[in-house]
Amino acid sequence: MKIVFTAKGTDMDAAMDPRFGRTEYFVIFDEDTKSVESYDNRSIEGEAHGAGPKTAQKLAEYGAEVLVTGNGPGGNAATVLKTTGIAVYIGAGDMTVKEAYEAYKSGNLKTV
Amino acid sequence: MKIAIASGKGGTGKTTLSTNLASYIAESRECALSDLDVEEPNSGLFIKAELIHEEDKFKKIPEWEKSRCELCGNCQTVCNFNAVLKLGKMIMVFPELCHGCYACSELCPTGSLPMKQKKMGELKAYKSGNLNFIESRLIIGEEQAVPLIKQTIDYVDEHFSDEVIKIFDSPPGTSCPVIEATRDADFVILVTEPTPFGLHDLKLAVETVKQMGKPFAVVINRHGIGNDCVELYCKEDNIDIIASIPNDRLIAETYSRGDLLYPTIPSVKDAVRSISTYIDNFDLLDNGSLKSKKTGQIK
Repeated sequence: MKIVFTAKGTDMDAAMDPRFGRTEYFVIFDEDTKSVESYDNRSIEGEAHGAGPKTAQKLAEYGAEVLVTGNGPGGNAATVLKTTGIAVYIGAGDMTVKEAYEAYKSGNLKTV
Repeated sequence: MKIAIASGKGGTGKTTLSTNLASYIAESRECALSDLDVEEPNSGLFIKAELIHEEDKFKKIPEWEKSRCELCGNCQTVCNFNAVLKLGKMIMVFPELCHGCYACSELCPTGSLPMKQKKMGELKAYKSGNLNFIESRLIIGEEQAVPLIKQTIDYVDEHFSDEVIKIFDSPPGTSCPVIEATRDADFVILVTEPTPFGLHDLKLAVETVKQMGKPFAVVINRHGIGNDCVELYCKEDNIDIIASIPNDRLIAETYSRGDLLYPTIPSVKDAVRSISTYIDNFDLLDNGSLKSKKTGQIK
């Protein structure tokens, strides 16, 4: 299963980015193969409108099933995530990606 | 003649000036005041007039029709606002992000995104003697002010001749709604307060109107607070300061009761008279520039 984290860096030790739509990077962790990928989302800074749905669309292209983030997506992004069936966990904005993964595994994150 | 009253910074006195100036001008000639701050119109608090017309205002947004769609994705490529997204085998439209530009609809090879009407707000027109007042208000949850501002200006253009002085109470800031509210104006009055914050945002507003090629001048409100930074800046950049309204507790009290200021407060009457005289001194030329009757100078 692929879990996506909104992050300020590219690996499991990176700090989480609490923002969803305008997150700097995604860290994509594949639980089956234990592989870590990342995606540079910084071009979203140039988007004045609709950053949330655009980022959510990107996530769907990666085949993510779970999203772990900080503040949680806004209304439009939430609609896209719901349509594409991605489960959303929030409240990990102050952690590292690794800590966020552990918090998710131990059921300590809120789902929306 | 169309005069937009704008500011950059919010809360500097656009509505105070708009309502008082329009009411003062209407004492001697026909005037149309439009509240184009459609997200939070408040000029109406100060205008006592009779409602003569109201109508719903609509914008058009695309609606996806699945049957003929070939999922080419052209719609999402041409949308500048991420309002249309292709997600797997479906096209999603986000009405709040849509600017109603028609690009996705017009450029869809299969005609799968026809434009449909959606109510965005209401326009009301009032009249009291020579004073006409037009107010538009976005409905709650509607994010796009620009289409409603545009339709309100269209209404004013259709209903009032060139001889009528038209005053546009603009939204604050320097973003799209302000551009829409000022783009048709022959002259822009920038209201500011004489503080570093006021100056900072005034500079942004000046840059904006300069880029639009609009003749403009400055009115200082709450004169006496802060410092002389605005006056120094205007002097250096050859910007006319056409009136100053003092910082006066009586003005705040009168305003808070929803009353006009100039009938009872001489300093405000002086200010609106100066502005009215300043405006009257210009002839509007066919090319859109203003020519001073006194000096022949072109603005």
